[in-house]
Amino acid sequence: MSATTPFALLANATSLPWAEIPAWPVAEFVHATATELNRGARFCAWFGVPEHSGTCLVAVLAFDVDNTLAVGRSEAFTGAYPALTTTHPQAHLFEREVWEQHGLTPAGHPWLKPVRRTNEKGNAPANGEFFRVEGGEVHEVAVGPVHAGVIEPGHFRFQCAGEEVLHLEIALGYQHRGIEEALRDGPHRATMSQMETVAGDTTIAHATAYATVMEALAGTEAPLRAQWLRAVALELERLANHTGDMGALAGDVAFLPTMSACGKIRGDFLNLTALMCGNRFGRGLVRPGGCRHDLDAGRAAQLKERLETALADTKQAVAWFWDSAAVRARFENVGTVFPAQATAIGLVGPAARACGLVRDVRFDHPAGWHRFAQAPVAVWPVGDVFARAKVRSLEIERSGDYLREQLTAPAEGELRGELAPPAPDTLAVALVEGWRGEVCHVALTDAAGRFRRYKIVDPSFHNWMGLALALRGTAISDFPICNKSFNLSYCGHDL
Amino acid sequence: MIVMRDLMLRLVLWLLLAPLLPGIINKVKAWVAGRRGPPVLQLYYDLAKLWRKGVVMSNLASPGFIIGPAVAWVALIGAALLMPLGPAGSVVSFRGDVLLLIYLLALARFCTAWAAMETGSAFEGMGAAREVSYAVLTEAAIIAAVLSLIVHTGSVSLSTMLAPSAGAGAALLVAGLFTVLLAENCRVPFDDPNTHLELTMIHEVMVLDHSGPPLAAILHGASIKLLLFSILLVQAVLPMGDLSPLAAAGALAVGVLLVTVGVGLVESLLARFAFRRVPLLLTTAFLLCVFALLVAWKGDAP
Repeated sequence: MSATTPFALLANATSLPWAEIPAWPVAEFVHATATELNRGARFCAWFGVPEHSGTCLVAVLAFDVDNTLAVGRSEAFTGAYPALTTTHPQAHLFEREVWEQHGLTPAGHPWLKPVRRTNEKGNAPANGEFFRVEGGEVHEVAVGPVHAGVIEPGHFRFQCAGEEVLHLEIALGYQHRGIEEALRDGPHRATMSQMETVAGDTTIAHATAYATVMEALAGTEAPLRAQWLRAVALELERLANHTGDMGALAGDVAFLPTMSACGKIRGDFLNLTALMCGNRFGRGLVRPGGCRHDLDAGRAAQLKERLETALADTKQAVAWFWDSAAVRARFENVGTVFPAQATAIGLVGPAARACGLVRDVRFDHPAGWHRFAQAPVAVWPVGDVFARAKVRSLEIERSGDYLREQLTAPAEGELRGELAPPAPDTLAVALVEGWRGEVCHVALTDAAGRFRRYKIVDPSFHNWMGLALALRGTAISDFPICNKSFNLSYCGHDL
Repeated sequence: MIVMRDLMLRLVLWLLLAPLLPGIINKVKAWVAGRRGPPVLQLYYDLAKLWRKGVVMSNLASPGFIIGPAVAWVALIGAALLMPLGPAGSVVSFRGDVLLLIYLLALARFCTAWAAMETGSAFEGMGAAREVSYAVLTEAAIIAAVLSLIVHTGSVSLSTMLAPSAGAGAALLVAGLFTVLLAENCRVPFDDPNTHLELTMIHEVMVLDHSGPPLAAILHGASIKLLLFSILLVQAVLPMGDLSPLAAAGALAVGVLLVTVGVGLVESLLARFAFRRVPLLLTTAFLLCVFALLVAWKGDAP
């Protein structure tokens, strides 16, 4: 299908001169984007690039079936354009973001509110008005931004009739640090460290995406040894977080055996990443052009041995979880996102795969080491909390098998290559399947090869709406397990 | 004079021993999970700490916010003093004292819910709504259990109705009363005393805004309630009156310890139920007690 698209095609982890990206007047561009979305494309990124006196909109779409990405843009304009959200809900947050950042108004947008802008006092996000359900039986519950647990800040506004949630609106922005603004005219000296902390639990994925963008802009790629190391670290990150999530899900329904075990095993996996690079979250490992720490034979053997123990422990802890009828009953038919909804709002990652959507960047848009070695995509139908937990436990198994296979046949050679300066006036895209889903980095350079625009889309940006939909018609007391089953990032969304 | 001394002695015993039970439960849970866990005396430390602290009071709440926990605490202690203690019997015993006990428990619940509603918080309103809805079923189960004991012994006084064993219906009563104990004391699978998730709580969410001595009274009252239900359960099924005083005292202590460890094990191995399933389980507990009543009524007939 993508063969006939008017958009410019490019593969994941490649670049394209800005001049080769087709541009339309904005109304036509929106129409063309809608046409592509109707033909099965989905949103990876949608952002504005200031140009002359106006702003051009850029769309990065993914054709998963064709394993290709498509880029198109509008001509520079100011003012309003016909909103895409009315027909394609997956554009919802993206259009709000563009409105907030560039003042381009999506005409007809049903819920035009700030995403992460601070209020007039400058002490909290300007959340705007919340959606309200009227009625004498309806009551409103406000949760956060300060929560009872040690988690990130976010505000949840429930409209309930008794125990049943009619509507949930999520207001974020409390963690906005201005990462994209800080990248203008970059890369700067601090850029790499900032990339590693876009979402601290997704360090490897974001660092790999950034490094890949830099390599694509330089017209090269990292040495195979580095690609292999990144793939190993990425799966370790997935294992640690998925194991932690399984334990947290068990904890939320007061199932202590799995909770206690998984809390400990998560630490074991994090320590394996520390064995690779000295940091439990993998900071300092991935650098543009390669990796900074090699895995020598001795540590590789140690890694393999400790990995086996941790995987065996996880298998046992997860088996307790699934063997308990009380746990299964608690998760089934709770917080269901239907496949049609998941497609419409553009879910990514395990949340999408738990709705039966085959959507995995490692498989659909392989780059780096994933071109040579792949783990089977883990999919489960139904879309409830059970399915999201099931996909996680399947991915734990498959990532384990993948690592076992990779550690027996490591790539040899250089760790880090020379990196040419970024090409001028070029757009590069990198997608990485982080443990939460698709991490998308898009860089556009200016005539001097500095960043003119750098766009980061964390998987959470796509998926928060999925949590809001999952809560409709669900008991409010089930919010914690629904929330945990998505386990989205606040800072990844807030940037 | 002797009555007064007996009363004071019992009061001290209840006040001092009750906080031990949550400590034992937590130790069992930690042991099953392979952790060291908090000290058995942790609740005593917490109570001492809370007693020294000040009270944060919302300027929207009426004095009911403080009165509620105080009345609930006194009501629970009053209920505890009505309970006969194995060989020692009860200090005050009269016809129908069992009804007073049930009403004192209901009064404590009412006061806790009242204090929760005083804050005007959405969470506490939801918690109070849940607490009183489930109480409808647990109270029915308690009344059925008490009726079965009344029919079995032909007495409406606690000290005589708890003396003999529950007879053929004992197994049914154990199952029914243990389930009620878990529900009334906010244990897994009905509630999770350890959770920090305010949206899923029942009892814990009602006391979120309390602090200092009122919170201490609430926590201490909850431990008294747990001890009260454990003692009721043990005495309902064991033939206390038929044992020698020493054996009865031993049986009571071991029985309460077994119930406590049982609660810990349930909490270690079972997940919480969804709220929509809770009425099902409570109805089951009610039916078990009703069947115990039927057995007591028809089963013992010559």
